[in-house]
Amino acid sequence: MLIVVATLLAPVYAKHVAGTDPFRSGLSAKIKIDGKPTPVMQQSTEGLGLGVTPIGPTWGPQYMLGADGQGRDVAARMLYGGRNSLLIAGASTLICLFCAAIIGIAAGYSGGMVDGVLSNLIDMIWAFPVYLLAISLSIVMIGKSFALGPFEISSGSLIVPILIIGLVYVPYVARPIRGRVMAINQSEFVMAARGLGIRRWKILLRHILPNVSTTLIVFAPMLMALNIVTESSLSFLSVGVQPPNASWGTILQDGQTLLYSRPWVSLAPGLAIMVTVLLLNLFGDVLRDVLDPKSARGR
Amino acid sequence: MCETRSLMTRLRGHILCGAAALALGTAFQPAFADDGHYGGTLKLLGVSSEGTLDPQINYTARYWPLFIWTHDGLMAFKKVNGPESAEVVPDLAEDMPVLSNDGKTYTFKLRQGIKFSNGKDLTVDDVVASFQRIFKISSPTSGSFYNGIVGADKCLAEAATCTLEGGIVADAATNTITINLVAPDAEFLYKLAVPHASIVPADTVMKDAGNEPIPGTGSYMFESYDPNASLIMVRNPHFQEWSKEAQPKGYVDRIEYTFGGTEEAAVNAILNGQADWMYEPVPTDRLAELSVSNPDQLRVSPLVAWWYAPMNVNIAPFNSLEARQALNYAVDRDALVSIFGGPALATPVCTILPPDMPGHVDRCDYTADPGELWSAPDMDKALALVEASGTKGQKVTVVTDDSVTSRGVGTYLQTVLSDLGYDATVQSISGDIQFTYIQNTNNNVQISVTQWYQDYPAPSNFLNVLFGCDSFTPGSDSSVNMSGICDKGLDDRMKAAMVLGSTDPEAALKEWGDIDYDMMKLAPAVPMFTPKDVDLISTRVGNYEFTSQFHWLVGTAWVQ
Repeated sequence: MLIVVATLLAPVYAKHVAGTDPFRSGLSAKIKIDGKPTPVMQQSTEGLGLGVTPIGPTWGPQYMLGADGQGRDVAARMLYGGRNSLLIAGASTLICLFCAAIIGIAAGYSGGMVDGVLSNLIDMIWAFPVYLLAISLSIVMIGKSFALGPFEISSGSLIVPILIIGLVYVPYVARPIRGRVMAINQSEFVMAARGLGIRRWKILLRHILPNVSTTLIVFAPMLMALNIVTESSLSFLSVGVQPPNASWGTILQDGQTLLYSRPWVSLAPGLAIMVTVLLLNLFGDVLRDVLDPKSARGR
Repeated sequence: MCETRSLMTRLRGHILCGAAALALGTAFQPAFADDGHYGGTLKLLGVSSEGTLDPQINYTARYWPLFIWTHDGLMAFKKVNGPESAEVVPDLAEDMPVLSNDGKTYTFKLRQGIKFSNGKDLTVDDVVASFQRIFKISSPTSGSFYNGIVGADKCLAEAATCTLEGGIVADAATNTITINLVAPDAEFLYKLAVPHASIVPADTVMKDAGNEPIPGTGSYMFESYDPNASLIMVRNPHFQEWSKEAQPKGYVDRIEYTFGGTEEAAVNAILNGQADWMYEPVPTDRLAELSVSNPDQLRVSPLVAWWYAPMNVNIAPFNSLEARQALNYAVDRDALVSIFGGPALATPVCTILPPDMPGHVDRCDYTADPGELWSAPDMDKALALVEASGTKGQKVTVVTDDSVTSRGVGTYLQTVLSDLGYDATVQSISGDIQFTYIQNTNNNVQISVTQWYQDYPAPSNFLNVLFGCDSFTPGSDSSVNMSGICDKGLDDRMKAAMVLGSTDPEAALKEWGDIDYDMMKLAPAVPMFTPKDVDLISTRVGNYEFTSQFHWLVGTAWVQ
């Protein structure tokens, strides 16, 4: 929650505390340190005088975590980037759960040919390594703007990684949902309902869906953790969030070339990803224990 | 003094200079001065390999510096340190060619006694077959460098049956080769000195040889090539030095080029003495440290090259001259230089011809203080021009490759374009495809970030190649005129300057300087900076020599 609040306050921090625009190059920018104007990009003056190094962490309000290779405030970018990372992970989780629920329930509850078609479709997508599929889709989709019904999605839009990440994990959720639905479908209370002549859609809404929803809820935080890692990986490989937007993955990539001289540019987003994913996984465990007491007792 | 003269003057004076140099060299050469340095293995590192090992096809800066040690042409660039390396000297030809027919006919006498690395003798038939092969395998420069040979037009139309009839005539009895051109070409000898004009055995496969080494006449030969692992070069057992300037005997016995790993790992390997050199630039975050801790292992050399942003003059918003000029005024070249590693590694430029290119004149209009050199951006003028162009608010995508510097430049341009009022984004795509992607008009690239390094030291290699009408082929991946500009007036002047170069080189260079200035008035691109080359070498490497043409001369370096 703290991380979410911090990222939501990113514009306030950038404008009123850091006083920088984290999306503009600041190659010629200067800041005051101990009252003296100091260039953000520092030209080497020793030895052969080769190389320009961005300013390191000041631990003050401006450039708290230093600057990246474009002279931008890493701390401000971290907050903006975190907002994008959480937005993409959250939205793609919802898309994934929604699609997986529809496919899993339809396949598990209908059985027969519907199940055959949907299960094979799931298996087909599952056959692709998830990152290979995500990278392939990204390369195709970030190249050009495309239309999705009446909406035109530009190549740099955040919707692109949201859709890709949301879709590639559908089989991983749809498959267990289908199994769960099939199990519930054979349970005594569903058989009894069917014996009483209750209509199929009513059984679906009153008996199947409530039992499946707990599974979906337990999946949510863990899937979100997975999506944060996936988004970071794609952005790190330049096929996720596109500049000038930022995410923890793009900042990690920016920091890759500064690993030796300015490790904080990489360490900060790396730590943010690690902590967020860890907390989401812990939250997922707690949620599972609460919603599935049998599993908690079993452990 | 010889190196300061123009090409045509050199052609006439070469025999005298060469004879004098030979006499002096013979008289004063210290016997066996460097004999102790022969032997050992040179270890090179690269993040990746770069395609075919066919010298007539490969067009990369990674392999050209190797081909000049494995293969020879009729002519060669001098393998010496510094500016003198821009001179062409006879290589497989015994002497400079005899020019006749108003500069349209070149007659070469082939050296005798030279063998390929497979033991076969070099003959005039190999020379004829090699020139035919350039067209039969559709060498990347067949249509731009060698299209002036008589019969080339037929070869370009029907490659498989190419004979170059009337263009290349061999006389085995006198061991001479005659090349006939359609029109005089002052740059023709340069074109004969690049790897695409390598002479290979007549029975060489008439298709891209791929990973299979083709026998050559150089001091080294390729022993093995695995693009995923390594490239090994060893001494050519049949090589006898015939010209120290054109093809000297290399010092090391073996050159091992290992592919894979990262730039950081390569730096560490060189510092630890496990490797001798790396192809990729030293990571910028290590430069500052290395320039203090290991200055003796760094070599900084000037390059005849430029980084630039071609703007597509055929689509919005850069179909507006004012919009193109606005960006030229707005770009802070100093900021771009800092992305490349600072003033020690790059210099801001305003012209198309780089500073060390013949014909270059220091002139800069797109700056706050117009004069000889760029001083500062003029944002007020830029904003006024954008306003006048009526393009404000339009969407612009900057296409870069995924290298650190290119992405950095793209991000900077996106900021500048946003400041000018455009809705700008950056699209970063893999370096493997970016260069061809930005050339193809079907991709509707508005502006991109790219670089150009000289193929040979002639102004046409920048102006005519990058902005000539003949270099613009809509819908093709090979349309290196990425701006898509085709100004008939300037194009005619460029063609005339190329012809003038064969009769009055000095006047031609002056004209090229003027064409450069006039082309920049149309602002088809934003010249950004001219880079310098930084090599990190191990402590055991000696006799480091650098040429602007092929960069580090690996063969003249020693490791013991």
